Amino acid sequence: MDLRFGVQLAIIGLTFFMLINASALLVLAERKIMGFMQQRYGPYLVGPHGLLQPLADILKLLMKEELRPKGADKWLFTLAPILSVTAAFAAFATVPWGAETTFFGLLETPVKLGVADVNVGLLVVFAITSMGVYGIVLAGWASNSKYSLMGGLRASAQMISYELAYATSLAAVILLAGSLSLREVVDTQAGTWFGFIPRWWIFLQPVGFLVYVIAGVAETNRAPFDFPEAEQELVAGYNTEYSSVRFALFPQAEYINMATMSAVATDLYLGGWHGIPLLDAYGLSWVTFLLKVGAILFTYIWMRWTLPRYRYDQLMAFGWKFLFPLSVVNLIVTAALVLYFNA
Amino acid sequence: MPEIVTFYLLAGGAVVASGLVIGQRNPMYSVMFLIVAFAALAGLYIQLEAPFVAVAQIIIYAGAIMVLFLFVVMLLNAPQEDGAEWDRTHPLRRPGMGRFGAVLAGVLILELAYALMAVNGLNAPVGGQTGAATVSSVRELGKVLFSRHAFAFEATSVLILVAMVGAVVLARREGDT
Repeated sequence: MDLRFGVQLAIIGLTFFMLINASALLVLAERKIMGFMQQRYGPYLVGPHGLLQPLADILKLLMKEELRPKGADKWLFTLAPILSVTAAFAAFATVPWGAETTFFGLLETPVKLGVADVNVGLLVVFAITSMGVYGIVLAGWASNSKYSLMGGLRASAQMISYELAYATSLAAVILLAGSLSLREVVDTQAGTWFGFIPRWWIFLQPVGFLVYVIAGVAETNRAPFDFPEAEQELVAGYNTEYSSVRFALFPQAEYINMATMSAVATDLYLGGWHGIPLLDAYGLSWVTFLLKVGAILFTYIWMRWTLPRYRYDQLMAFGWKFLFPLSVVNLIVTAALVLYFNA
Repeated sequence: MPEIVTFYLLAGGAVVASGLVIGQRNPMYSVMFLIVAFAALAGLYIQLEAPFVAVAQIIIYAGAIMVLFLFVVMLLNAPQEDGAEWDRTHPLRRPGMGRFGAVLAGVLILELAYALMAVNGLNAPVGGQTGAATVSSVRELGKVLFSRHAFAFEATSVLILVAMVGAVVLARREGDT
């Protein structure tokens, strides 16, 4: 077999492995950070400092009995979690996570770290993420329960509303970088301005970055925008009727979506794997990437345990009357400036 | 050979799914099969080496419009479809209005026909250049869409507007203002 083909397969497998572990580690990180913020230890008993807690959680969920309500739609009830988690994994397919590397000289020709390099990569991520909403909506509808249905309805309304602001803020970066390929966008961010400011688009697009992060929180249904599963109002929202592995797939999809969102933010705004020259020199650029992604993920968790949930009408008003107009103005200003400086 | 196999798989999938859209009694399943049909079409676009068109198809149709469909179906929570009653007393269905509508429809058909005829050589490759690289380039696609095909582009948007107005008229209930 061709060596390149094998290497590419290995990278795909590695990405898959990293995403699965990201979801497990994020569960632990979430509980640990929550504990820290509430002045307690968090999980501590399983393994050293509770490090093996995710494993225990997964084993527990696997052992549970699988229930399906009698009135539930048989096919769609099963399809919903599968759809959710498939979309979450597939969305990462065009996200690059490291520069070209030869793995410390093991290979003759350098390979790109990332599953696929497509010239419309950013749009592919966006398209597949938008498919993820079907999992939640179908789960809400197929459960045949009023709480689930409300959760599903809220999810679809929320995702439609925030997708606009999300996509418009992305468009501004595309204008600056002049490419839809995530790898090319990252490569435009190498080097510095005036010798000390890194050429990251966040410095030209601070408003866009803020809009992206806020809309990203809403897209992944995280607090303070976790209305599809608002536990005080809807029991558990769209996944009320789910149990065992079927239930486990929903949080897994949510955590993988968070990881994808953070990885795309890193690629677009934070310079991807550029930034620490020492690591670049040793071909460890992906460590820089992981550090940045980790910082964004920490902010996500930080937000969840600091901010209270909004009211539903506030969410809609905020999305349509503030965030979306703001991102449109940002896009128009960016377009005008790009036109002015390029002419 | 693999192209033929994937083509027939995708095309067959699109045809079967489209058939099932009409064949279902449950609107929820119809929506799901329509999404499958759109996905199969996107696969065909990828095979034609036009990834941008494929991704746009997924984002716009499967991603945005179908979520809206699903939302409406869930909100109405209609387990079965039933036929709408034909209402003759509606102000927009008076003969004078009907004739005016027919004239407008004729104008629209003429406009669309002109839009199709105005572009000579519809089968010619985009931008007059050959090669798959041109079709997959978003830049070239955008340039051609807003220059050579501008009229057809605008005419299509009028067509969509007409469909939207039609849907509002059909969905409006008696007594609503």
